[in-house]
Amino acid sequence: MKIYQYILLFTTALFIACADDNDPNPQPQDETHDLILTKTLSNATHQIAIFTQTGIFHDGYNKMYLQLKDNNGSFINNADLSWEPMMHMENMHHGGPHSQISRVSGKQTLYEGWIVFQMPGNAMESWYIDFNYEVEGQNYGMESPIDVQPSPKRVVSVFQGNDGVNYILAMIEPTAPKVAVNDMSAAIFKMGEMHDFPVVNGYQLKIDPRMPGMDNHGSPNNVDLTQGSDGFYHGKLSLTMTGYWKINLMLQNQNGEILKGEPVTDDNESSSIFFEIEF
Amino acid sequence: MKNNSNPNSKTMKNYIVPLLVFTFGLQIYAQEFPADSLDNIDLEEVIIITQVGDKQLKESKILGSLDNYLEKSTAVNMIKRGAYAWEPMLQGMSSERSVVTLDGMRIYSACTDKMDPVTSYVEITNFSKANIVSGSSGSEHGGSIAGSIDLIRRKASFNDSGWGGSVFTGFESVNKQKIIGTDVNYSGSRFFSNLDFTYRDADNYKAGGNEEILYSQFTKYNLSAIAGVKLTDKQSLEASLIYDHATDVGYPALPMDVSTAKAIIGSVQYNYKDLNDYFNFWETKLYYNKITHVMDDSQRPDVPIRMDMPGWSSTYGFYSKLRGDYNKHRFGITLSGHLNNSLAEMTMYPNNPNEAAMYMMTWPDVNTLYGGLFLEDQISLNAHLKLDLSAGIALHHNGIESEFGWQSLQVFYPDLKAEKNRTIKNMSVQLSFHHQQWLFGLGMDYGERAPSVSEAYGFYLFNSYDAYDYVGNPYLDNEKSIGFFLSAQFKAGKFKAKWQGNYFHIYDYIIGKPDGNLLPMTIGANGIKVYEALNFAQIFNTDLDLEYGFLPDWIFSGRVSYRYGEDNESNRLPLMQPLIYRLGLKFNKNKWTAEAEIEGSSKNNRYSAEFGETPKDAYLIANMAFSKKFSLGSQHLNVKIGIENLLDENYTTFSDWNNIPRPGRNLFLNLVYQW
Repeated sequence: MKIYQYILLFTTALFIACADDNDPNPQPQDETHDLILTKTLSNATHQIAIFTQTGIFHDGYNKMYLQLKDNNGSFINNADLSWEPMMHMENMHHGGPHSQISRVSGKQTLYEGWIVFQMPGNAMESWYIDFNYEVEGQNYGMESPIDVQPSPKRVVSVFQGNDGVNYILAMIEPTAPKVAVNDMSAAIFKMGEMHDFPVVNGYQLKIDPRMPGMDNHGSPNNVDLTQGSDGFYHGKLSLTMTGYWKINLMLQNQNGEILKGEPVTDDNESSSIFFEIEF
Repeated sequence: MKNNSNPNSKTMKNYIVPLLVFTFGLQIYAQEFPADSLDNIDLEEVIIITQVGDKQLKESKILGSLDNYLEKSTAVNMIKRGAYAWEPMLQGMSSERSVVTLDGMRIYSACTDKMDPVTSYVEITNFSKANIVSGSSGSEHGGSIAGSIDLIRRKASFNDSGWGGSVFTGFESVNKQKIIGTDVNYSGSRFFSNLDFTYRDADNYKAGGNEEILYSQFTKYNLSAIAGVKLTDKQSLEASLIYDHATDVGYPALPMDVSTAKAIIGSVQYNYKDLNDYFNFWETKLYYNKITHVMDDSQRPDVPIRMDMPGWSSTYGFYSKLRGDYNKHRFGITLSGHLNNSLAEMTMYPNNPNEAAMYMMTWPDVNTLYGGLFLEDQISLNAHLKLDLSAGIALHHNGIESEFGWQSLQVFYPDLKAEKNRTIKNMSVQLSFHHQQWLFGLGMDYGERAPSVSEAYGFYLFNSYDAYDYVGNPYLDNEKSIGFFLSAQFKAGKFKAKWQGNYFHIYDYIIGKPDGNLLPMTIGANGIKVYEALNFAQIFNTDLDLEYGFLPDWIFSGRVSYRYGEDNESNRLPLMQPLIYRLGLKFNKNKWTAEAEIEGSSKNNRYSAEFGETPKDAYLIANMAFSKKFSLGSQHLNVKIGIENLLDENYTTFSDWNNIPRPGRNLFLNLVYQW
């Protein structure tokens, strides 16, 4: 008899212990342990925390991870989130290219998305992110200004092509360049209406990386960027040494016409559009 | 990629196995056995580095550098990039095609620009002679095509002669070179030891017409010690250490100099002689050497961009060799192995101080692991005929140890694997026929060599002669060569004449060729050359040496030599010596010597424009020297004075990198006090 009591006690204890593992907040800190908290927004009922790899927002492509919590500190993992970046300038406001917000597969509490800020903020003009989200049938919103700093090296380029269309080019990879043939990716958008920045399809981004500090020498075996199934443009960037590189660009449309950018020659040291890398 | 398998290799391996009982190699034979009426040296040449304080003062400058001594051989030309560290070329082929060892130890240079050949890390006081073997029979310590130079360590012996030593000093006017040093040795009955030290310091030298050649200065210290102890009557143990340090070395032919070149070379050796009836001696050595070489452009006022280029090379190795006699065979077996690591890097500093420095690896931390077996046999077929055979096989493995370096090379070779294995094979056959006053030699060999670290793994190595950046090719096959050798010697009384000729047909000849699709890296470079293998190249060498003692104390000597090289498209190979001749007169009596010599070359029209070479004029220079030995009991003072380039000619030769002029008139004085 006593044995059965002990067994019951033991299995109950085990059950409670296991039940504790089904805690609705399963190690939330671990999901962001290699990310840095960059901004928190809040309203009367919820908080949104935005995380990035670098801890800052900068002009160009920014990958972001989000968590939504209620005022009790519990994570809300099944909300339907959407956002709008908006730049409030002196006389007008405009948006920027951005993705949908989606759940991160394999994670419990994380959402992800990206925004391309085509310019940094400054003392007079600031970017805002306007969130709208639905939790259990109820709609909520919150908005806050954010600090978008200028990148030390150029990672975004905004220009009008000779087709009269305004384009935005943003470099996505490499974020940790190496002396090697690096995977390179970039995003290409055109400016539609104020809030509309459709992805451009079927173009080609030609690259010619040079080192201006060394008589503009280049590197072998680069591969121009072409569109992949994710909508972004992918190619190969060959870097033969550390230091400062200028990645000269030329944007070519589906008909093979160069819309912007010039080839680097003995007489032309740089294209009018370029990215920069220093490592 | 071409299929490298050689259908003959299997049959060759079958051939090697039955030839197990071999005899002495030529090099040992020359010293140990009673001399024939003729020098029995065909493919091999021995240069005696005058023992500082030696009785015979054969060389023009007793205290000349090791490079001066090696240049005396007809087989050797020196590529000169400055006053220091000349690169020895054997049989008209650059250093990648030969193996230079210090007492059997392999050493790899640490400079991507060839500023530090192995011979630059030692001094004449460390060595007593240089054995030069031509052709693949010189592959005892590594696969080679042109041959090998082995510098034999100078050491005292167990002959119980007690203490000895010398103090020496020298001066040369052309670059105000000051030389000072000492050597102390002890020979006991069971113990010996040598200790020597040499210091050289030179300013810039002046070419003919008082033209100062900037950035040609150098300073060098060398300290070496060796000691031996007799364990039993037949067994002994030796330990040797050489420390060499050069600082502030200028290379006028190059855009950079060297701030530091340091080597530490150590070894331990076990000897066992007269083991039994068949084996005469067994020598086993373990060694380690480490080289640090730092290039530096801070002395140059005008550079497109400042850069630091350090390089390091370290080698662990061993060899074990057995020599013996059996019937008419004198045989030798050598087993050797080494592990080398070579790393070189380049950091460039942009003119904009806010910009990050630019770093790359020019030698990507390459390991070379080598293990080889070499067999030789000298068979006395009869009183007139000798047959020399040699064969060797080695395994050679390369590995890129640095991820950074590997990824750098993958920029050019995306599928590059970090490891590569090769086998290196060689064999040689020589027949020598001796009849009365004549000695004839006929030989043939097959040799292979692996590409060097630069040829396989170099990353943007700038060659200042043709102004191209060179990129290595890790997929290169071994270079293979078939050589033919012919020689004839005649001796009658005081007259000696020797003629030799050889021809090498080299398959998969490795050379850099321009790749128009690639952009250069170095500021001002003409483009990029990638190492590739040409179907074949041909090299022909010939020389004639005469010596005539026409009067009791007088000797007339003459020498003429010529080389020719071209590739499979009949393009000239670079750095090929044109016709060179030397005539000399020596007088030797009662401890006085006097000598005069002229040396000249024909006009050099056979040059490689693709390599950046230009035609060179003919030249003729004259040298003279006098010496006297003063003796007081067992103490001696040797005094030698001389003038090189008496007429102060301003000239440059095929082997002067970037056409830098050679030194003008040079007055030298060597004093050696010996006890």
